[in-house]
Amino acid sequence: MSAAPSLAEQFQFGLQAPICLTWELTYACNLSCRHCLSSSGRRDPRELTTAECMAVIDELQRMQVFYVNIGGGEPTVRPDFWALVDYATGHDVGVKFSTNGVKITPEIARRLAGRDYVDVQISLDGATPEVNDAVRGRGSYDVALRAMASLAGAGFAGFKISVVMTRHNVGQLDAFKAIADRFGAQLRITRLRPSGRGADVWDELHLHPGQQRELYDWLVAHGADVLTGDSFFHLSGFGTALPGLGMCGAGRVVCLIDPVGDVYACPFAIHPSFLAGNVRDPGGFAAVWQHSELFSDLRRPQTGGACESCSAYGNCRGGCMAAKFFTGLPLDGPDPECVKGHGEQALAAAAFAPAPRPSPDHSHRTAPHRTGERQPVPLTLSARPPENAARPPVTACDANPLAGFVPGR
Amino acid sequence: MACAASTEPGGQFDLDAPWQLDAQVRVRPEAFGALLYHFGTRQLSFLKSPALLAVVRSLGAQPSARAACTAAGVQAEDLMRYAHALQTLAASRMICQRGTV
Repeated sequence: MSAAPSLAEQFQFGLQAPICLTWELTYACNLSCRHCLSSSGRRDPRELTTAECMAVIDELQRMQVFYVNIGGGEPTVRPDFWALVDYATGHDVGVKFSTNGVKITPEIARRLAGRDYVDVQISLDGATPEVNDAVRGRGSYDVALRAMASLAGAGFAGFKISVVMTRHNVGQLDAFKAIADRFGAQLRITRLRPSGRGADVWDELHLHPGQQRELYDWLVAHGADVLTGDSFFHLSGFGTALPGLGMCGAGRVVCLIDPVGDVYACPFAIHPSFLAGNVRDPGGFAAVWQHSELFSDLRRPQTGGACESCSAYGNCRGGCMAAKFFTGLPLDGPDPECVKGHGEQALAAAAFAPAPRPSPDHSHRTAPHRTGERQPVPLTLSARPPENAARPPVTACDANPLAGFVPGR
Repeated sequence: MACAASTEPGGQFDLDAPWQLDAQVRVRPEAFGALLYHFGTRQLSFLKSPALLAVVRSLGAQPSARAACTAAGVQAEDLMRYAHALQTLAASRMICQRGTV
C-alpha cells in the first residue's frame, strides 16, 4: 500500500465516473449576479425535459455517481425541481443544490430537513447587505438570510453557506463564519473565476495579492471547519499545501452537465473549447465521460510548461485552467493569480491578444451589466431601390451565377 | 446510530471482532482501489488499494476482520497497516461491528 502513488497522481488519469459532478438544471434565474459563471438569466428553450433529466439520473445511478451538485441558474425555479430531487435521491444519487434561497419557504425547509440524501447550499457574497447586494442584486441578501432562517428553524443542521471571494468581502471572513455559526450551517468559500459574466468583473473584483495572502492565512487557521471545493490550491504556493486534492480535476474527477445537456470539463469552463459532448448523444453521459476526445486529452500526463521549474509548482500545480483560459493566458503557464507574481507578468505579455469570450450567454437582456458592450445599433430603414423592385431579392442560396445582375447598364 | 463500536480515529482497531460495511455505504471500484460513499453522513472515502477493497468487501462474510485480511492475502507483516486503514474507516462510520446495528 505504501508504495502506491498519491490519490492526486492516480486521479490525473481519470476515473470510471466523476466524483464531483455539477449539473446546472436551468439557465433561468431571478437574479443577475455580476460574476455569474454560467452567464445565467434566461431559460434556454433546448433545456433537458423532465424525462431526459430522469434518464440522466438513471445513468448516474448505473455509473455510481453517488451525488450531484445541482445548480443553475436558479434550479428551484424549474417547476419539476422537487420532483427531480425526489427522483435522484430515490435512485441512490444524493443531491446538494445551490440556491439563492428564493423558493426556500419554511414549508419547503421542513420538507428538506426530513431528507437524508439532500443538502442545501445558499449563496451569499457579502456578510452585509451592502457588499452582497452590490454583486447579487438588491434584496438578495434578505432573501438569502430568510432562507437560512427557514432552514435553521426547520432543524436542517449543517446546510452550506456558499461565498465567492471578492476583494470586497474577503475582509468579512470572520463575519461570514459568524453567520454560519448563528444558523448551525457550514461555511463554504470558493474562488472568483473569470468565467461567464465573471470575465466582465474580474479586474474589478478579484483579490489583490495582499488579500490572497490574508485569505491563505485565514484558511490555514480555519481550514478544518470551512469547505472550499478545493478551489484555492493555487494559494498553496505560499507555503504549506491547503487541505484537499490540490489539483485541477477538470475532466478527471470533475465535470459539468449544463441545462441543454452539454458536458464541459468543469463548471468554470463553459466555452466550446472545453465542450466534450452532450448527454443526448448516442451512449449518453457515460460515453462522453469515458470516451470523449477532450477528456482523454485532459487525462494524459500534463507538463507544467513554464511553471515546471518554479519552487511552488509542486503545491500549486499551475493553478486553474479556466482562470488562465478566460484571461488569455496559455494553459501550461502560470495562473493569473500566481502567488509568485508570474501571472501578472504573463498577463502583461498577453495583453495585446484578446482573451476568449465566455459563451453561451443567457443573461437577462435588461441586466445592468455589459452596458458598454450592448449599445443600440442605429439603423435607417429605407425602401429597396426602384430598379430592383420587380426582381426577387438575392439570397445566399441563389446558385445562379447571374444572380443580381441587371442587364443593359 | 448504526455504528456504536470503537470509532476514535486514533483508537485501537479490534481485528478479532466481526465487522461489516455500513448499510448506507456504497462502493465504486476504481483502478486505484475504490470510492466509498456514506449516504447518511454524505462523506466520501477512498480505498487506496485493490487489496484493501477485497478486505472491505469480504468483512461481512468473515468471522473477523483478521480473517477477512487473511482471505484477501494480506501478509502478517502488513496486518497492522490494514488495521490502521480499517480503523480510519470505522471512525468515519464506513464500516461497523456486526451486531451493533
